[in-house]
Amino acid sequence: MATLNSQIPAGPLSDKWEKHKFSSKLINPANKRKYKVIVVGAGLAGASASATLAELGYEVHNFVFHDSPRRAHSVAAQGGINAAKNYQNDGDSVHRLFYDTIKGGDYRAREANVHRLAEVSVNIIDQCAAQGVPFAREYGGLLDNRSFGGAQVSRTFYARGQTGQQLLLGAYSALNKMIGAGGVKSYTHSEMLDLVVVDGHAKGIIVRNLQTGEITRHSADAVVLATGGYGNVYNLSTYARGSNVTASWRAYKRGACFGNPCYTQIHPTCIPVSGDYQSKLTLMSESLRNDGRIWVPKRKEDCKKNPADIAEGDRDYYLERMYSAFGNLAPRDVASRAAKYVCDEGRGIGDTGLGVYLDFGDSIRRLGEGKVRERYGNLFSMYHEITNEDAYKTPMRIYPAVHYTMGGLWVDYNLMSNIPGLFVLGEANFSDHGANRLGASALMQGLSDGYFVLPSTITTYLANVKAGGRPATDRGEFKQAEEEVRNFTRRVTSNNGKRTPDSFHKQLGKIMWDYCGMARTETGLQKAIQLIGDLREEFRTNVKVLGEPDGLNQPLEKAGRVADFIELGELMCRDALMREESCGGHFREEYQYTPNDPEVQQGVVNTGDVKRRDDQFAFVAAWEYAGAPDKAPILNKEPLIYEEVKMSTRSYK
Amino acid sequence: MKVSLKVWRQKNANAAGEFKTYASPELNPNMSFLEMLDVVNEELSNRGEDPIAFDHDCREGICGTCSLVIDGKPHGPHKGVATCQTYMRSFSNGDQIVIEPWRAKAFPIVKDLVCDRKSFDRIQQAGGFISVRTGSAPDANSIPVPKENADLAMDAAQCIGCGACVAACKNASAMLFVSAKVSHLGLMPQGQPERYKRVKAMVDQMDTEGFGACTVTGSCEAVCPKEISLDFIARMNRDYAVALIQGDPKQVVGGGAG
Repeated sequence: MATLNSQIPAGPLSDKWEKHKFSSKLINPANKRKYKVIVVGAGLAGASASATLAELGYEVHNFVFHDSPRRAHSVAAQGGINAAKNYQNDGDSVHRLFYDTIKGGDYRAREANVHRLAEVSVNIIDQCAAQGVPFAREYGGLLDNRSFGGAQVSRTFYARGQTGQQLLLGAYSALNKMIGAGGVKSYTHSEMLDLVVVDGHAKGIIVRNLQTGEITRHSADAVVLATGGYGNVYNLSTYARGSNVTASWRAYKRGACFGNPCYTQIHPTCIPVSGDYQSKLTLMSESLRNDGRIWVPKRKEDCKKNPADIAEGDRDYYLERMYSAFGNLAPRDVASRAAKYVCDEGRGIGDTGLGVYLDFGDSIRRLGEGKVRERYGNLFSMYHEITNEDAYKTPMRIYPAVHYTMGGLWVDYNLMSNIPGLFVLGEANFSDHGANRLGASALMQGLSDGYFVLPSTITTYLANVKAGGRPATDRGEFKQAEEEVRNFTRRVTSNNGKRTPDSFHKQLGKIMWDYCGMARTETGLQKAIQLIGDLREEFRTNVKVLGEPDGLNQPLEKAGRVADFIELGELMCRDALMREESCGGHFREEYQYTPNDPEVQQGVVNTGDVKRRDDQFAFVAAWEYAGAPDKAPILNKEPLIYEEVKMSTRSYK
Repeated sequence: MKVSLKVWRQKNANAAGEFKTYASPELNPNMSFLEMLDVVNEELSNRGEDPIAFDHDCREGICGTCSLVIDGKPHGPHKGVATCQTYMRSFSNGDQIVIEPWRAKAFPIVKDLVCDRKSFDRIQQAGGFISVRTGSAPDANSIPVPKENADLAMDAAQCIGCGACVAACKNASAMLFVSAKVSHLGLMPQGQPERYKRVKAMVDQMDTEGFGACTVTGSCEAVCPKEISLDFIARMNRDYAVALIQGDPKQVVGGGAG
């Protein structure tokens, strides 16, 4: 069994972070430069961490598989970033952001981490504004805000529909400054293919240069993974095609525990699937729900009608009906599940019947088309490009799609995994969003971890590491890890198989979506585990990778990533099967509110809402690799202890 | 629908390249251009032929990774979108579509349709930032920015760094890219202290990388997926001229007391 110590500081919740910073050891400036830190990834978390660690004086080596550190998928976040600035004077505070996030996560996140996130949120906005991030502004020159799902205050800062790109360009500019100054050495086209563990500590990585095929060893005093989420296990998702779990998965196979892998976020407002050739689902920002109203026809017979011909009285604005307090701004898991229900009832719209309307008619009448264009113009044109429909004239068609993974490598309060020296930031870790993430909180967490948390907490580890003592790369552990990487490459390129990695990915995605998607059951998950086991075996014998391992070989890259996704998919199903409750994005059909429950009769929740079982499942599931893909992994539990907030039934009515 | 593809194939940076023609399988007009290439590649692989290498990632027009010259036009037939947002409904059954990589000295070809754009990163490393140490920022609302400036800065900041401007330019000039970066920061009050130093460093690096000169034909603006305006080039030229007149700041030597 792994040893899990969350390292949460003692004392009142609101003092923990300040006290922890003071009690953490410092490293003197002359010694910092003797420590080398590897950072993998340059999205919001990786770029901000690399830049800040280098500013502090550490020798930083940053690795990305992209051709430039500016392309990580943080770039695609549209809507915004939360911060408890209370610039709108509408009652926001650090405590309220903390509370909303804990509640939004359905009481499955760590209180201390979330409180720290809310505290740091205000510094992030200051930092980004100072870097020149062109946030939206009011005519007086001050920052503008908008509201987002799961909150009743306006605390979201944004930059048109491309907040992610602008924040990433800010972090990338900070990184560039340090690359230019020699503080960071940047490796592009460099994919991490293994973690090297020496005497129980993370001391290096094995990297393949995607342009030349060269495989190299890199040693360091600490390794930081900021490699994003694993939603592409579903194949179809809003993730970039290149997003993958490989770095995290190889760390898992070296002993890092994987926390809550089944917690995935299905985003309610994406463009519906149109055909089996599809490679990607496109998100329409949640901010659209500020001014768009979601509905389906009340009667099945109306579903194929032109929406303009369906009278107001024949429309079911189901979110407004079911969740009157939050309405169209219900949290993502709630809104997605509601869409699934109405489609399951046969009231879905579009060719496939898997879609609902997001209608701007009212807003255009109230605000005028110009105002709507100013707020969402780029999203409307993106929608037009993909569907060839004009959303100013006819409602958008939307359906839920995989968008984010709350699970990830287990970390303690210092963001260190159970392998000493291995830190995990941003979406790659499990820590802050519980079982459901609120909109505009991913950017906040990535930057919080990278700019403010890790640079402070990394000393809790490095201060106990001898400066300049990192191992040489000719040690056996490095050689062995490199050999394993080469073996995989040899095996898949010399295999006499018949199927491309892509075809396996599609098949895996379908299994995951059908059995481990928006609704999960015991029998379904058991079936999925078996199907995935078979798929893993077929992949081993029947995958085909053409071309040479030296030089650019995209199918080879894909093969490694798909192999890892297959193993991860199985773990996700095991986690979902073990968690015999529903919470946030994890919905087990066996555990939902029924008309007989008192909470339904009292009007606190709706029939079909998720039913948690706090007495048995108020813990983090941290899975430990058992040494082989076909051996059942070991479950470790970290109990979730709530000191400040009372775990209660989540209500948005 | 079906189309025929005339695609640039090149094994690596040093090999000679050539066009090869492929017939597509049956396509759906709602496919994206890159999904069409996925389908063609799947078929090539199943036949045992090396699939066509092309760059792509987000497939929603924001990461700037995709980079194809389609029928002579970077990012294809439509204005204001990237290749990944181009759909097969823009073509007709039986069309022949010519697909080439970005071609520029500063963007060497890696394989087939993939080129190396690290030169863009190096330009930004030379000065494309505001020097602000993490933790040293004042309250965000203590620096008001007139909405007009913020909006104009945002117009420039939309650049996704794809390099279509370079691919479209007969001189392979990077002026639209560099001017977007320079203008974004130069329009913000936060960017003023380093404004002239920045423009000089970035333009110097741009020249070092081997990008060509600008003759203001506007082909860059025409193909830019974010429709970045040519006006920013004028803005950058003005800043650059001021920077040249000002000259390099005087070096201060020696420390303080104590």
